Amino acid sequence: MSESHPVEHLVDFKSYFRRCVYVFIAVVCTTSLMIYASFLPNYGWTAKVAMILAIACINAFVVAGFLMHLLSEKKAIYTTLAFTVFFFAGLMGLTLWAMHDFPTGTQMH
Amino acid sequence: MENLVQQFPPFREAAHAPGDHGHHEHHEPAFWSKYIFSTDHKTIGIQYGLTALCFMLFGFGLMILMRWQIAHPGIPVPLIGPLLEKVLGQVAAKGVISPELYNSFGAMHGTIMVFLGIVPLAFAAFGNYVVPLMIGAPDMTFPRVNMASYYAYFTGGLVMLVSFFIPGGAAQAGWTSYSPLATTIPTHGQLFWIIGMVFLISSSLLGAVNFIATIIQLRAPGMTWMRLPWFVWAQFVTAFILLLAFPPLEAAAVMQLMDNVAHTSFFLPTGLAVGGQLANVSGGGSPLLWQHLFWFLGHPEVYVLILPAMGIVCEVIANNTRKPIWGYKSLVYAVLAIGFLSFIVWAHHMYLTGMGTKISTFFQATTMIISIPSVIILTCFFMSLWGGSIRFNTPMLFALAFLPMFGIGGLTGLPLGFNVSDVHLHDTYYIIAHFHYVVAPGTIFALFAGVYFWYPKMTGRMMNEFWGRVHFWGSLVFMNVVFMPMFVQGMAGMLRRMSDGGANYSAAVNSRAGADVIGGLSSNIMSLHTGILWGAMCLGLAQIPFIINIFWSIKHGEKVKNDNPWEATTLDWQTPTPPPHGNFEHEMRVYRGPYEYSVPGHATDFTPQNEPPEPLSAPKISTAH
Amino acid sequence: MDIPYTVKPRPDIGLYNAKLGIWLFLASEVMLFGGLFSAYVLLRVGAAPGEWPHGWLNVWLGTLNTLILALSAITTLLAWVSCKVGQFGKFKFFHACTLLLALTFLCVKMYEYHDKWIHYEIKLNDGRFADGHFESAVYVDKATNQELEEHSFRGNAFSEVAGGVTNNYELASVTIEGRIVTDEKDLDDLRTQKNIEHKEVKIDRAQIKSMQNYGPWHNTFLAIYFTLTGLHALHILGGSIVIGYLWGPGSKMWKTDPERFTNRIEVSGLFWHFVDLVWIFLFPVLYLT
Repeated sequence: MSESHPVEHLVDFKSYFRRCVYVFIAVVCTTSLMIYASFLPNYGWTAKVAMILAIACINAFVVAGFLMHLLSEKKAIYTTLAFTVFFFAGLMGLTLWAMHDFPTGTQMH
Repeated sequence: MENLVQQFPPFREAAHAPGDHGHHEHHEPAFWSKYIFSTDHKTIGIQYGLTALCFMLFGFGLMILMRWQIAHPGIPVPLIGPLLEKVLGQVAAKGVISPELYNSFGAMHGTIMVFLGIVPLAFAAFGNYVVPLMIGAPDMTFPRVNMASYYAYFTGGLVMLVSFFIPGGAAQAGWTSYSPLATTIPTHGQLFWIIGMVFLISSSLLGAVNFIATIIQLRAPGMTWMRLPWFVWAQFVTAFILLLAFPPLEAAAVMQLMDNVAHTSFFLPTGLAVGGQLANVSGGGSPLLWQHLFWFLGHPEVYVLILPAMGIVCEVIANNTRKPIWGYKSLVYAVLAIGFLSFIVWAHHMYLTGMGTKISTFFQATTMIISIPSVIILTCFFMSLWGGSIRFNTPMLFALAFLPMFGIGGLTGLPLGFNVSDVHLHDTYYIIAHFHYVVAPGTIFALFAGVYFWYPKMTGRMMNEFWGRVHFWGSLVFMNVVFMPMFVQGMAGMLRRMSDGGANYSAAVNSRAGADVIGGLSSNIMSLHTGILWGAMCLGLAQIPFIINIFWSIKHGEKVKNDNPWEATTLDWQTPTPPPHGNFEHEMRVYRGPYEYSVPGHATDFTPQNEPPEPLSAPKISTAH
Repeated sequence: MDIPYTVKPRPDIGLYNAKLGIWLFLASEVMLFGGLFSAYVLLRVGAAPGEWPHGWLNVWLGTLNTLILALSAITTLLAWVSCKVGQFGKFKFFHACTLLLALTFLCVKMYEYHDKWIHYEIKLNDGRFADGHFESAVYVDKATNQELEEHSFRGNAFSEVAGGVTNNYELASVTIEGRIVTDEKDLDDLRTQKNIEHKEVKIDRAQIKSMQNYGPWHNTFLAIYFTLTGLHALHILGGSIVIGYLWGPGSKMWKTDPERFTNRIEVSGLFWHFVDLVWIFLFPVLYLT
């Protein structure tokens, strides 16, 4: 939150509304891009997944950053979320690694 | 980035609007609102404490029955056998504990002790009562959420208890509920277990949010982070662990529920055969996935069990050595490190699942690293004793005993952290001995210390000191009688969860010159069972003075002479006894750290955190030549 | 003593209590859905090659839902802005929009679930597979040879009481709109198959070896699909209840404590945005990959 002003200025609803329209357009664009990417015939599965997830992250960034005001949030929130993301990455990554590292000469299935 | 998001000026400080819940100079609440549906953190803390102690007693009873079966397999339980048969039916036919019943006792003993006993007592009960007092807050940030979290816990506990009485009995697949066993057992006990767990997890999540928000937001003016009593730091880290580690287990529990009820195959592999027949499921699942998701919580959970206990020990030691805790900063960094590292060590519970060397080396490394902050914490406590004026009251006896007991538990964990030695020790009695040493006599001793320590603040009376010592010595001696032999049994190869106590394996012993067949259990090892059973029963007897003491001292305990009978420095002792609703008569202001004992030049040997600093007088100029 | 910082933020942290509380709760929700997403990744990566379905979900319905939810996220934000500028009427309008969009989302989801519910895979005795949407089934009363056509599947046999007489019906035949394939693997990847012909196929009881609809029990993809979207839908439902409460009875607080009410709208809005965020990842992961 910004510092309190001695005079409370009128908040501009209209400009806020305009910003919301931009965000919605951004979401429509990223969603369309994702769908388009998923139908591209010339790419392998891994490349497609990477592309689609990258676009999803941009979409998420827009929603989280602007609609949830995460870009102007306080350190306490940032820090909590940073640790959360780290632990989630650990959960996913380490489990994936664990299920694909086998003693020599053995295998899954 | 600021200009991309329109900033609104913060609200002006509003005066109390009419209808605000703020004004507390009102009527005394009715019985139900005061004692049953209370939103006051102190009442909720006591509710949690009493409920948890009851569950622990019940879990203890289950253990005694199991130990009987282990020491005397197939022999009807004396005295209680006919009652068991009447209540539980076929599984306790003729008063003998059948293997199914043994398995459900085992699964429920673990579940009840961990989730219904220790976590609610250590984290929720002591945390709820003490933390707001220690930081100078009037209550928790979200009192109604606090009440909701207690009732979620209560409901979960009820569901767990009820599961004993449904056809087929309670869960039988261990407190770890591994698939596919948990899904293929044809009774409904496991279903109740999952539903109970969902309630308990939700309760912990709500509690965790409350604790973190309270500690961040409601610290009194002057209570900076580095002036917090270390008990609060420990609870803070514990709350974060609960917040972030429990949800994957909730996700896994939902998936196992789907496996049980909707016949999905999240954790059921293709080609699963049950009772010789191919199971009628789609397959394609992974039993290992359950283990990963379970232990992702399971390991941080053990730090949830120990950190609040360490916090209590810290407070009791500082208070009873009359000197500051040694290494406060190290303690803070160590507990933060433990909280962080606890999330990346979990697969050391899974060394025997066919993991490759790279991944098991990774987890082995992180497991070894996490032992360092634990040792730092214990070292700081030991160092704090040096040069102290130690008062050997009952809380201090328990806190002192915690140190070597937790030391044994922690050190015996090291061979388990190495994947090489764990191959031999996994799933043996060595593991049982290790984790029981850390939790009981580790955590539980600290919790006993906490009860004796804070009882005067809650009730205005001291617990009886003589019977406290009887309780202490009885517990200390018999805890060791029960658990020390288990290390020996485990190293000799006795596996855990065997309903006959290994009797089958003992038949494989080569009697010639007492030589042991590999895998066989000699009569020396088996004979330890009897001693353990007697030890467990005496341990139970040693708790009787404690139980009586709690209730007797409410009316007949020695009255405290003032609000601060232990002469403590922390804010929880600077309140009226017992603290009223809102805790403090006026806003607290903190001027110093939490352990200002024996400050040179001070009139008394303790300086409370909220005592205003002495006004600066003219410097004393020495006239000596 | 009152609990401080319920409305005005604590100066050194910069947050009021409920805002910190909701972000902490959202962190735990990240781990909850993260646990399920991890399960999805592991199950998918661990599946034998070629055995994971593709294209079983309608991309256009999913896109519609994505846009509905994105729009609702925006209307919920505008509702909060309206509160901040003191325009209660505007707040009521945008909040109602949010609720309606949420309910529309749920309706679309129900339609999608129903579509899977009536989609059957029938193993035939000659080793082929029939696959399609259930149209009708003919049941025969063994006693009277009376035929009964049902438009929903009622199992292999059922009993019905009519005029004091109990009639026992048994399945005689099933009609689906779909196709018959020889290799079960042909049913897996719908993305690469173009112009699949759907026609009415009638199958006699005698030919049916087993019959199962596309519920969560059918395979692990559907299991994780139903679990992920089901949990998400439960969150939408819960959020809708809160939004509805704040729009209706809860809005009384606007008169007595408008700042605290605005904070409540902000906090519930944050939860709603999180639900939208989860869908932003659910949609591509389940529908597009």
